[in-house]
Amino acid sequence: MLDLGKYAVAVYASWAIALGLVVLLVLITLRQSAKAKLDLDAAEARKAARHG
Amino acid sequence: MTETHRTKQAEDRWNWLWEWANPVKFMSLSGKILPWVMGLCALTLLPGLIWGFFFTPEAVNFGSSVKIIYVHVPTAMLAINIWVMMLVASLIWLVRRHHVSALAAKAAALIGLTMTVAALFTGAIWGEPMWGTYWAWDPRLTSFLILFLFYLGYMALWGAIDDPDTAADLTSVLCLVGSVFALLSRYAVNFWNQGLHQGASLSLDKQENVSDVYWQPLVLAIVGFSLLFVTLLLLRTRTEVRRRRTHALETRERMADA
Amino acid sequence: MIALLIRDLKLAMRAGGGFGLGLAFFLIVTVLVPFGVGPESQILARIAPGILWVGALLACLLSLDRVFQLDHEDGTLDLLATAPLPMEGAVAIKALAHWLVTGLPLTLSAPIFATLLNLQSPGHLWVFVTLLIGTPALSMIGAFGAALTVGLKRGGLLLSLLVLPLYIPTLIFGAEAATRGAAGLENATPLALMAGITAGAIALLPFAASAAIRVNLR
Repeated sequence: MLDLGKYAVAVYASWAIALGLVVLLVLITLRQSAKAKLDLDAAEARKAARHG
Repeated sequence: MTETHRTKQAEDRWNWLWEWANPVKFMSLSGKILPWVMGLCALTLLPGLIWGFFFTPEAVNFGSSVKIIYVHVPTAMLAINIWVMMLVASLIWLVRRHHVSALAAKAAALIGLTMTVAALFTGAIWGEPMWGTYWAWDPRLTSFLILFLFYLGYMALWGAIDDPDTAADLTSVLCLVGSVFALLSRYAVNFWNQGLHQGASLSLDKQENVSDVYWQPLVLAIVGFSLLFVTLLLLRTRTEVRRRRTHALETRERMADA
Repeated sequence: MIALLIRDLKLAMRAGGGFGLGLAFFLIVTVLVPFGVGPESQILARIAPGILWVGALLACLLSLDRVFQLDHEDGTLDLLATAPLPMEGAVAIKALAHWLVTGLPLTLSAPIFATLLNLQSPGHLWVFVTLLIGTPALSMIGAFGAALTVGLKRGGLLLSLLVLPLYIPTLIFGAEAATRGAAGLENATPLALMAGITAGAIALLPFAASAAIRVNLR
């Protein structure tokens, strides 16, 4: 690993927090996207069944 | 539609943009370009961050803490620019009633909130070794805290209203008025306390502020973060369009049952 | 227009709430602060303008959800929407009524409460003047927030979340002007800026608020 001297904690902490937040955001986005897709497919299927 | 209207619309040089406003067209267009944006984002963000983290020297006054700049500045820039983007999207919704525009503003809010929090935290952690304190009521820090409150209020209003069109209208009005007051707060805060924070590190006279060694990876990281925003925005807007369609279908079902 | 104002004022008096409650709340906040901060008169005198401003702001917030709520429930708001009086005017009148039953009493009582916080002589005057200029903006911004949340069943908490950030500029300039005035310093700039915000809010926010009400009535 890099030698970051006396600022090691600050650098690691801020990178961890920033990247952690971004990863969290990406995960939430992907989950919401998958759920919305499923719900829409289900709704479209019901609609097709009704009119079919 | 009369003949003159039709020709006028055909001549509208913004037509390429309004294509995106049709939800069906939006879904097919965004679906097509999404992998490309994602790829470009990976191609800029990862090298930018790796370059910034591993291959930049220590700075004279900052030591290795200068590496925080690669997560602090991009998130801070996005935090402000996303609010501006939401303002533009809200205006487009209010004037031209394009649903995708309202949904894009809604989709952007959580990204903006995350970026604001990230900028605040990285700034606080950087502030401790530099200024000897995690938090100071410095104008820039305070403005970001206020921006955070505005994002919270905006998202809370979206969440509180059931009818999607009403929610879109009210949040757009709030975004408009909120922008004016956010700007006022910025000046009020400046007036209230002149602070510790150095000026913008990316102004045109970059030589004075940041030397090339730090500047080049920083630009790459900023481009990467911006593309990340576009990727997430497209993904989230697609989610919102799907939700809206599901909502419409379910409402219709209930009407048929009644 | 005047009929609407008188009707609103009568309602506020009769409902018993707005008028007395806001003032009592303001008094309690002022009394609680010394318990929290300690009784040293030096410290209290220094923070008094700020405390009075924050207290007035919170007391103002307390009665905001009633600006349109009652009228929305009994259908008066729908009548106002179709009345010959433009909606913008009706909103401005309602904000004025809110100011008369909350902002004005707060302003008048602030110099008296200031004594509790050991504020010295020019301070009383400046707290009074800044509140007199600033509270109309608080009522107008609050009416806008109330217009946004009027259709919601439990909008009270959301209303505070929406309105408080909008209060920040007024609070900063108002408290700054009062503090500087109390310390005998020059305070024309914050005073002018705060007056500008008040004037701008009164001129423009009725349009935004009535747009929000029309959306909510749709």
